[in-house]
Amino acid sequence: MLFSIWPHTWTLRTTGERKFCPPLLTRKTDVEKAYSSLVLSKRRKGIVFGLLFAGALAGSLLVSEVDPNKLLKGLPGLFDYGLRAAPVLHMKSLSKDLEGWYWGLGHWLSLLLDTFCIGFMATLLGTAGALFLCFPASRNLMDQFPIYCLSRRLMEIERSVPDLVYALIFVFAFGLGPIPGVLAIAIHSMGALGKLFSEVNENIDLSPVEGVRAAGGNWFQVIRYAVIPQVLPNFASYALLRLEINVRSAAIVGFVGAGGIGQELFFVIRQFVYTDVSAIVLLLIVTVSLMDMTCERLRHLLIGKELR
Amino acid sequence: MITSEIAAPYDEVLSDAKHRFPEVFHPGLHKRICRVAGWVLFVAWVAFCLFRMEPSIPCLWQGIGRLGWLFQFLFPPSHGGYLAEFSYALLETVSMAFLGTFLACIAAVPLGFLGARNVIGNPGVHFGVRRFFDFIRGIDTLIWALVFINVVGLGPFAGVMAIAAGDMGMLAKLFAEAIENMDAHQAEGVLSTGAKRVQVICFGILPQILPVLLSNALYFFESNTRSATILGVVGAGGIGMQLADRIRINNWDEVSFIVGMILVTVAAIDWLSRVIRMRVIKNPEYRF
Repeated sequence: MLFSIWPHTWTLRTTGERKFCPPLLTRKTDVEKAYSSLVLSKRRKGIVFGLLFAGALAGSLLVSEVDPNKLLKGLPGLFDYGLRAAPVLHMKSLSKDLEGWYWGLGHWLSLLLDTFCIGFMATLLGTAGALFLCFPASRNLMDQFPIYCLSRRLMEIERSVPDLVYALIFVFAFGLGPIPGVLAIAIHSMGALGKLFSEVNENIDLSPVEGVRAAGGNWFQVIRYAVIPQVLPNFASYALLRLEINVRSAAIVGFVGAGGIGQELFFVIRQFVYTDVSAIVLLLIVTVSLMDMTCERLRHLLIGKELR
Repeated sequence: MITSEIAAPYDEVLSDAKHRFPEVFHPGLHKRICRVAGWVLFVAWVAFCLFRMEPSIPCLWQGIGRLGWLFQFLFPPSHGGYLAEFSYALLETVSMAFLGTFLACIAAVPLGFLGARNVIGNPGVHFGVRRFFDFIRGIDTLIWALVFINVVGLGPFAGVMAIAAGDMGMLAKLFAEAIENMDAHQAEGVLSTGAKRVQVICFGILPQILPVLLSNALYFFESNTRSATILGVVGAGGIGMQLADRIRINNWDEVSFIVGMILVTVAAIDWLSRVIRMRVIKNPEYRF
């Protein structure tokens, strides 16, 4: 601490030349001076940061119409919402109460299956598209700069627009139903996966690539026989990770009319059917966390295989 | 040596390779059955998914046609005289994300202490608190937004609360993990000088956790700016509301303009947060 703030070149009084020598700790005034200037500059920095932060906070409080009255009114409202959403379960008639709470279980499970199908098909299409785009977008596999640049920009555009926005546009074009949801999520995940895939590609061992090239293989053969065997486990792992994310999004794009359990959830929230809200949300959470666990196990299996 | 191998006749090289790696050329029966069964299952599952979704070819064609039709209206993007309105909505979006993250951080500090095993030793309480975090972060921000619209009404305030609620669980979990992973020696050192409990937390524990909290808060601010753009679609204020409106009334040039504005803003926020992270957290000279 002390040494880091101390100038390491020091003018020798006797000869007047600048030379490296350890600081003289006996010169207390210099130590104190350096220390106080450090403290001062830190304090100044802290004040500037604090003022900027306070300004941003005040501005955003103003812009987002935060009003303490509303908050005070809102918090009990939230509590009330929770109370209403909670099912009434008695120990005596537990099975009957549960049946009443989950009165639409069959219907909801079928919708949940729809949601999973949407997420799965979107992952499939997105992975296929990403496979198509990721090889031209890897610096070490593509030497034509325009193609490289084009595929990179395309993926950036695809992943920067939220899937809900795509879903809104596609619902307009294709009408209500699962198709716009699949396409919206597929396009978003094509961009996101393509970026991850191309990063995997850029980290491969290049000697198999040289080997296939030396044997006279063309670009596609290089990709097929030198690159894909190296990257496939990682690709599969990323695709599984994306499947988890996409099933969540599939439940969300239902809000704008793209089918599945999301549409039903949107409906019951808008209609204030409180106990149905809690039932569906709980069902959704359980499904998603079950799937997360399965996918995580599969991913570890895949990556473990690669390590071995 | 190598040249002689290459110069050898092709058949000889091939038979040599077959001799050395038989399983590559003739995989075992078990392996082949597994491979075929895997493909059959996969194709069957895809067919089942397609069957459930009932995509009809004419409907798809019609949709693609309409997509092409509206694509020509997307360009050139134009603000249609609503530039001030869009800018304000975008400002609303960013401030929703900022305030939501801020509130989530404030709420996550005490919750993180509650969820840390080395602060609260009771395993039952620990399990309960952690499952509570899981429950909260299992509910998507958009669902929270719908709930808060019912509670506090339409507008950006519902969006702020939705972001705060959605992130609270995740931040509290990360924060609790940071507390569990911290170095106990520093706290012991402070304790050995005769410090009180509050002082131990202030000088022994918080300096270790604050960088984690700050860097996570910046990451969450970044991702919240992205999610805040879509919160408006369900009515929670911000640019998403304008976007959904423009799509509903078929003003596609304005849609593409808004999407462009969102992309620029998100990129700018990413850059800003990266700069701050570099300055504050990655800098080893900086101490809290």
